[in-house]
Amino acid sequence: MSLLGAYALYVLSAYAVSLVLLAGLVWLSWRRAERVRAALARVEGVRADG
Amino acid sequence: MSFWEYANPKKFMVTTAPVLPWLFAAAGVALVTGLVWGFFFTPEEARQGSTVKIIYLHVPSAMMAINAWVMMLVASLIWLVRRHHVSALAARAAGPVGMVMTLIALATGAIWGQPMWGTWWVWDPRLTSFLILFLFYLGYIALWEAIDDPDTAADLTAVLCIVGSVFAVLSRYAVNFWNQGLHQGASLSMDKQENVANVFYIPLLVSIAGFVLLFLSLVILRTRTEIRVRRIRALEARAQQGEGRA
Repeated sequence: MSLLGAYALYVLSAYAVSLVLLAGLVWLSWRRAERVRAALARVEGVRADG
Repeated sequence: MSFWEYANPKKFMVTTAPVLPWLFAAAGVALVTGLVWGFFFTPEEARQGSTVKIIYLHVPSAMMAINAWVMMLVASLIWLVRRHHVSALAARAAGPVGMVMTLIALATGAIWGQPMWGTWWVWDPRLTSFLILFLFYLGYIALWEAIDDPDTAADLTAVLCIVGSVFAVLSRYAVNFWNQGLHQGASLSMDKQENVANVFYIPLLVSIAGFVLLFLSLVILRTRTEIRVRRIRALEARAQQGEGRA
């Protein structure tokens, strides 16, 4: 990649590793938040019905 | 209104709900702006060539690795002194975020080190203290998972956090303490003479702002999740007690 010259592989791999880790962290946090929110709604629903 | 009102879980949930989407949006805008600016619109550095572009990931993640631990320390101390559950849950929520920031700092540092120093890793004071900080993060997360009683877990992890703070401080000042090793001094300083050149400095600040905002967004999101988990446990325990009486 002419923009990055001889160090292209290093620069691109640093960006790839970092963005994958950040995206994974956001996705896992969001997924757990949604699951717990649904579980709480279920538990509160059962309690209201009971 | 007192700051301590936010230690009430209900107040925390109500206050943070409308703020969270805006925080995530601001984090996204700042991160994309800082990284695109740094990657595409800054020149190569005379000695480091294009590897200088790694600075927009390495410096912000390293700063957040240390600052996340400092935030966990403050939250842990509040828990130990005032027994506010939200502060213990906020410390727990910050652990995995700080761990990932430390991992990014270590990975980008190794990738940057290979072409500049000729090696992926050296037992340099700053690198070594960062590796120990990473291990402390793993231990902190594991300790929370290993103990069933949430208050006992909060107490023990708070103590671990205080001990680990030594390495958080060492990670920041190791270069100054020992004045040896391959790692350079700080890229950002109150002394303008020590800062990187302006052409790199401004996109770096934008990138740092993005990392800070992303950290805040994730910690709030994860704290809200931990509060909900706690509520589920309380409701389930109450239901079991009710069944026991019946």
